[in-house]
Amino acid sequence: MTTKLFGEPIPRREDPRLVSGAGRYLDDLGPDALAVAFVRSPHAHARIIDIDVTDALDVDGLVAIYTYEDLAGRVAEPLPVLIPHPALHAPRTAHPLANGVVRHVGEAVAMVVATDRYVAEDVCDRIRVGYRPLPAVVGIDAACAATHRVHEDVPDNTAARLVQEVGDAPAAIAAAPYRLELELEIERSASMPMEGRGVYARWDAADRSLRVYSSTQTSTSLRFALATKLELPVDRVEVVTPDVGGGFGVKIVHPWPEEVLVPWAAIRLGRELRWTEDRREHFVASAHERGQRHRVRVGFDADGRLRGLDVTFWHDNGAYTPYGIIVPVITATQLLGPYRPGAYRVEFASLYTNTVQVTPYRGAGRPQGVYAMERTMDAIAQQLGIDRATVRERNFIQPEQMPYDHGMIFQDGRPLIYDSGDYPAAMAMLKELVGWDDFAAYRERARAAGRRVGIGLACYVEGTGVGPYEGAHVRVETTGQVVVATGLTSQGQGHETVFAQVAADALGVPIDDVTVVTGDTRRFKYAVGTFASRAAVMSGSAVALAAGKVRDKAVRIAAEALEADPGDLEIVDGAVQVKGDPAARIALGTVAALANPLRYSFDAQTALATQFAKAARVDRPPVADDDEPGLEATDYYSPIRSTFAYGMHAAIVETDPETADIRVLRYCVVHDCGNLINPRIVAGQVHGGVAQGIGGALYERLAYDRDGQLLNASFMDFLMPYASEVPAIEIAHLQTPSPLNPLGVKGAGEAGVIPGSAVLASAIEDAEGFRISRMPISPSELWELRQRHATGASPADRDPADRDPVDREGS
Amino acid sequence: MTEVRHDVRLRVNGVERSAAAPARRLLSDFLRHDLRLTGTHVGCEHGVCGACTVLVDGRPMRSCLLFAVSVDGAEITTVEGCRSGDGGLGPVQQAFLECHGLQCGFCTPGFITTITAYLAEHPDPTEEEAREAIGGNLCRCTGYVNIVASVLRAAELIRSGGRPA
Repeated sequence: MTTKLFGEPIPRREDPRLVSGAGRYLDDLGPDALAVAFVRSPHAHARIIDIDVTDALDVDGLVAIYTYEDLAGRVAEPLPVLIPHPALHAPRTAHPLANGVVRHVGEAVAMVVATDRYVAEDVCDRIRVGYRPLPAVVGIDAACAATHRVHEDVPDNTAARLVQEVGDAPAAIAAAPYRLELELEIERSASMPMEGRGVYARWDAADRSLRVYSSTQTSTSLRFALATKLELPVDRVEVVTPDVGGGFGVKIVHPWPEEVLVPWAAIRLGRELRWTEDRREHFVASAHERGQRHRVRVGFDADGRLRGLDVTFWHDNGAYTPYGIIVPVITATQLLGPYRPGAYRVEFASLYTNTVQVTPYRGAGRPQGVYAMERTMDAIAQQLGIDRATVRERNFIQPEQMPYDHGMIFQDGRPLIYDSGDYPAAMAMLKELVGWDDFAAYRERARAAGRRVGIGLACYVEGTGVGPYEGAHVRVETTGQVVVATGLTSQGQGHETVFAQVAADALGVPIDDVTVVTGDTRRFKYAVGTFASRAAVMSGSAVALAAGKVRDKAVRIAAEALEADPGDLEIVDGAVQVKGDPAARIALGTVAALANPLRYSFDAQTALATQFAKAARVDRPPVADDDEPGLEATDYYSPIRSTFAYGMHAAIVETDPETADIRVLRYCVVHDCGNLINPRIVAGQVHGGVAQGIGGALYERLAYDRDGQLLNASFMDFLMPYASEVPAIEIAHLQTPSPLNPLGVKGAGEAGVIPGSAVLASAIEDAEGFRISRMPISPSELWELRQRHATGASPADRDPADRDPVDREGS
Repeated sequence: MTEVRHDVRLRVNGVERSAAAPARRLLSDFLRHDLRLTGTHVGCEHGVCGACTVLVDGRPMRSCLLFAVSVDGAEITTVEGCRSGDGGLGPVQQAFLECHGLQCGFCTPGFITTITAYLAEHPDPTEEEAREAIGGNLCRCTGYVNIVASVLRAAELIRSGGRPA
């Protein structure tokens, strides 16, 4: 038998090239291309008075300078609103180059093309832009106050307002024996992949065709967007995603201004052009996420069971809404986690500010929602004096209640119905893993030694594998080599490995015979993209379906050649053989040759398929009406709705009694993403997510001042975890298969990051004994909270109005 | 306004290389764009992330903080030069593959050069020392768990003669 690969932790097939410097990332391409750089706004909000290029014109190596005035046709229009939503009543997007007004620091004002990047930046330095500054709207308070406007025609700075209700939550809360109200806030962070964005474009004037390479999470959709923007037939545009140095959500946005402008100028100039985003540009000109303030009202009974939950939250969407309101929509729905909320009402406002736009970052609204819900669970436990795990257990949806319909609409426009899961089992596993029941004794021992420790936990449910579809093409060459192509892209998730595992199993071939191509529209044209923990579910299922079709066809053709019943055949190690009689076999490569009836041969293998090679069946055409030549097939997987993975995390922290330094001593994860295709890769995804969760909880924030200047737009000042900040991560897996897809898998990409702020807030609160309601939290903030708490001003009871999110970054 | 170019000669991965470059050309750009050795990556352009780390006369340095002209005549090792003598993967590269020490791979070259230099002087690190050794390099994908494991595995491979056990 061929070894089954599904479920095996095999090493990654992309690694030999990536560890040896042979990867091909965007900036590695087009060594002879001209370089592009941008003049970007230094103001958060300003009117552009004039742009003077006089001093720039004599720079040796300058090729072209463009401003908005040079743009025409659809390139001059605002960028698309990618995901329209009925509640998004005032969507606004940027122009590729600012059209008279800039609305955040970093917005592109002029584009420069030169012989190399150094020269292009010299030119940028010599372009003088006259601005008339306008008042900047920074932070949720300023956006709500609407004393000033981000967009002249949006007087309340509100892009969207959405209410979803199941039952009558206010009435249920009013009638509940116990009630709480909490104000919970999370600050901005960002995806911050190690490789920024980048675009490289080549125009073939004779062929009138464009090839664009982009460090994107969606090559297929970028292709359609570019064809539209540049007014080219779609079949004259190809988009290729090379190796991508991380995405984490930010690269799903498209087309970026630069993705439109670089190809546009390449066509205009008839030259190859490349733009590589630098780190400062990435901070001020791509996207951020997370900034939200939540007000939770909850009613519950004496056992801690929820009667009603009423959540209002404010989402800072930055200056533009190219990705719609997906992030707050996800918060609104995924806040519910593994719990039955009783009656539920959620309302949010999505607000414009003069800051970088907000689009999904790994987790995409879930970290905020889980934080709001889990902080609430902890508050209920504290009020009633019940163990925090017990309160959660009492509110869990039970396995026998699956599938569980929340009666809401999820981010894919489809019902929020959980497909499977065993939350009580996961909690039992987590308590065992972290030693929940033994912690009191550990705390006492630590206390006796003068140490302060705390334990926290948090649960989440994550809708993964959102539609609408993904597809795959599987082809067997006459050499027996199998080529799998799928349209979605890769940013480090190991798709070349896991899709090969799926295809090799489905076809019965050694994995070394399988090659996987992703993110290249020349190879597969229809796809959605890599986001929302969807690749394994969507493309994995499509690969399995397409490979199954190829397998069926191979068996049918081989049955004829072997004069056997198809039901008696199996594919083992790349050959179709009669079960129990391995001598009667035919190699898949030969089957592939036979699958393509030929007039002309070019080697011994293909000679087998020519018209005089065998006794022909003259009673039917060489290719049947319902058949096609070749041993290949395309199939698509389109799910009825999302599949819901889940997990529970626990952390033990130590806080320094003197300095308030916060150290994570242990971090435990119980994770259920259904069947695991490659456990090693899933564990890696969890590790990376946890590190980002810890970063978001303790270190990462984007600090804007009142004028909309981003004060920490560098790796010196925006603190991401190094190895010294990430503890060993202990993981236990449950595997509750999804009933929705052929592989029984659920997504795993975002999982690790989701409960980070919730679990660490819970642990720090446990160590300190007072409520933590703002994250991230730094040692100096914790120290200040201690002082407030000691003087009787309980942090949880502060008036929300006295907190200005704009200028609280003291470091 | 034409920039003056200077001849820069380096011995890169054991091979004499030279090109003319302006004085302000960073070593990272010189390696990547003039010598077309694109294995060295640039993640922050200000010396914080460590992705661009190369060995200059055996010592790990941030090539985004060095001018190419300032290291004229130096011996440079990039990730492309961290292969084993027979052209296969070197022990650190092999360890990353075995331990799933990378995901997107963008930061990996800087880790591999850094670890190569570290293990040359510390052949048998503890786990804590391994973590300390990579403490100056940023990775956004792995949470460092498997990179620490890769350091330990690489040390093991080197001690056993560079071959997988």
